[in-house]
Amino acid sequence: MTLETVWFVVIAFFWLGYLFLEGFDFGVGMLLPVLARDNTERRVMVNTIGPVWDGNEVWLIVAGGAMFAAFPEWYASLFSAAYLPLLLVLLALIGRGVAFEYRGKVDSDRWRRSWDRVIVAGSWIPPLGVGLILATTVLGLPLDADGNRIGSAFAAFRWDTVLGAVAIAAFSLTHGAAFLALKTSGELRERARTTAIRALPFAMVPMVAFLSVVQWRTGTLWTLLAFGISAVAAAVAWLRLRADRDGQAFAALGVVIAGTAVTMFGALFPNVLPSTLDAANTLTIAGAASSPYTLTVMTWVAVFGAPAVLIYQGWTYWVFRKRIGTQHIPAVHAP
Amino acid sequence: MEVLELARWQFGITTVYHFLMVPLTIGLSILVAAMQTRWVRTGELRHLKMTKFWGKLLLVNFAMGVVTGIVQEFQFGMNWSAYSRFVGDVFGAPLAMEGLVAFFVESTFLGLWIFGWDRLPKKVHLACAWAFSLATMASAYFILAANSWMQHPVGVTFENGKPTMNSIWAVLTNNTALAAIPHTLAGAFSVAAAFLVGVAGWHLWRRGDHEDVWRTSLRLGGWVGVAAFAVLAITGDTQGKLMFEQQPMKMASAEALCHTEKPASFSIIAIGDVAGSNCEDVKTFNVPALLSFLAHNDFKTEVKGVEDLITEYQAKYGTNYPDDPALGSLAGKPIDYVPNLPVTYWGFRMMIGFGAVSAGIGLLALWLTRRGRLPGGRWFPLLVLGGIATPFLGNSAGWIFTEMGRQPFVVVPNPSGVDGVWMFTAQAVSRLTTGEVWTSLIALTTVYAALGVVELYLMRKYVRGGVDAVMPPPKDSDTTEGDTLAFAY
Repeated sequence: MTLETVWFVVIAFFWLGYLFLEGFDFGVGMLLPVLARDNTERRVMVNTIGPVWDGNEVWLIVAGGAMFAAFPEWYASLFSAAYLPLLLVLLALIGRGVAFEYRGKVDSDRWRRSWDRVIVAGSWIPPLGVGLILATTVLGLPLDADGNRIGSAFAAFRWDTVLGAVAIAAFSLTHGAAFLALKTSGELRERARTTAIRALPFAMVPMVAFLSVVQWRTGTLWTLLAFGISAVAAAVAWLRLRADRDGQAFAALGVVIAGTAVTMFGALFPNVLPSTLDAANTLTIAGAASSPYTLTVMTWVAVFGAPAVLIYQGWTYWVFRKRIGTQHIPAVHAP
Repeated sequence: MEVLELARWQFGITTVYHFLMVPLTIGLSILVAAMQTRWVRTGELRHLKMTKFWGKLLLVNFAMGVVTGIVQEFQFGMNWSAYSRFVGDVFGAPLAMEGLVAFFVESTFLGLWIFGWDRLPKKVHLACAWAFSLATMASAYFILAANSWMQHPVGVTFENGKPTMNSIWAVLTNNTALAAIPHTLAGAFSVAAAFLVGVAGWHLWRRGDHEDVWRTSLRLGGWVGVAAFAVLAITGDTQGKLMFEQQPMKMASAEALCHTEKPASFSIIAIGDVAGSNCEDVKTFNVPALLSFLAHNDFKTEVKGVEDLITEYQAKYGTNYPDDPALGSLAGKPIDYVPNLPVTYWGFRMMIGFGAVSAGIGLLALWLTRRGRLPGGRWFPLLVLGGIATPFLGNSAGWIFTEMGRQPFVVVPNPSGVDGVWMFTAQAVSRLTTGEVWTSLIALTTVYAALGVVELYLMRKYVRGGVDAVMPPPKDSDTTEGDTLAFAY
């Protein structure tokens, strides 16, 4: 495997990590007004992701940073072409991060309601936006020979990319419900589990449709295999939810998103950003990559850095492994 | 306005705004970790109260620092894609390292610290505080290494029209970076120090509860502020000498020096328009030969003026921009090699002036609280609370000076290094519609402004609330659940 291919896989891995980890914490935010009956339950929900959402979000930063370091042309073309969706994602993430930290800092229902709205918007927009951007990089954009976008500011908004956006958001919602079933106790857990069971079949419709489009256009035999694994895992997740096995269902949903990422990036390979205007303008891993020296340096950093991240983030999940319920939530204490 | 100007405004606003939170976060996180260490070692309640109180203010701020930092990373690709393509081989590496090695540690261990109070053994919990606070410093290191490469590109060869990295070691140990890092970190500590002095000074003056907490905090802040200023002065001097070698135009602009002088004097302040055709006439309080000393450690070195430098730059880098439509209205036009002189002249003076005032206030607060004394006088709270703003202003002025002072270059040519590795800011910008960049500029600025108001409101609330606002009263034994989270959102 060439270093370019290694880095393509590494970047796909960072995006997968992001979709998996922040996927469920987006889902928790989306479900905030749906599942919780009162402020204490809302606090239970927020606290299931409280210790981890910030670390999860760094996967996005690192996916972006790794693209910049390893494939500057990809980073530059994709993010300048998909300017508006990325802007929306950034605005939503700004509001969301601040909202978690600030919602409990003033003891007032109005204050909390306002920040809850920010959390909900901030949890819907980023998976839609990231889904749109990733679908764009897989399905392509009208690019000229310099890698610049031809066409309007809305060139990234098409039926097929919007389908990808909906697929990622619907998955996140389901994943969040499964995560809440795993992490909470009492009535809240029952509601989360029921929601996950009901949402899952619907969530799979856009996902299957989007992956079919990807598979139809540039798929190969082994992306078809990944697609198949993804579909089987979705069925397993549904059955495990019904059997009251939250942990296994959550893990099966992890397989769903892993299969999705493999299908998407596998169908993209060896391109990184196809031009829908002229195949000659398509950015490929060879054309977009940094020099072998830079890739070697980055490989050493990743070889030591990435496993360390997995270990200490894994430890975080272990430290906060207990289910929480309304009885664990202390009284509101704000100045 | 064209995309270029809009993108520059956005970069400036985002960077200065981000850098209001960041220095406070860096300085405060180290000081909080130190406070917690004292508590773990001595068991004194005073240190626990300090950790909780300053830790809460740190968190209110940290959230803002994180979310504005995300914009920083993506705006290179969004607004400066031509720049990203040109420098990606080298500039992306420290940025990715920051994420992978520092930022992951920071945000993961911050989560563990916030929520781990009752879940982790005391010492492990303390280690989490050190992990995230040291990682904030590591973040600063990588980001400054990336920024310093734009100021002084090293570790590259010039191949196929692009810089290609040949030594990551040279990039990470760039002398510009090694000087900028202690300078910036000292700037961060002076922000945190002024914050401690201001808030603790106000509480002491009010004669509220927990006097021991406020006295210890104020004296810690006072000493840290004075020490930080000493580091700022020494490293600032080193930076000046590097700037003289690497960016002579920035050096001349710092002084708004029109004509070459030997020896060159330094003006403290100016009256009127420093960018005028006879700019040196309005400068007052000149200190003879000081600029020569700042530039080269002796009192007789010649410092080149803007006019002579223009001729040199034109000979080396051309008189006109290329006739490339990508450059918009600048295509084929003469290149203006002089940065905005009023901005550089005043930015330089504000940086030094506000830094000095901040250290002076710290020193005064130490004097007024010596041997158990309490500060009195209605002017005292105004002085220390106003003093909180001074290092922020100094930092912002310093960044504006250093970034505006390198214009019209985004990657500044390296006079002693690799030929060809430089880029005009006008060439760096993305091919976007002005509508897109207007949208993002307005949206981001509005959100920053709104969140700034909210943050100030919360900071004020927690500052006034004091220790009692962050430490819930001890549990009533009848109602103890035994199982509630010590910390929950």
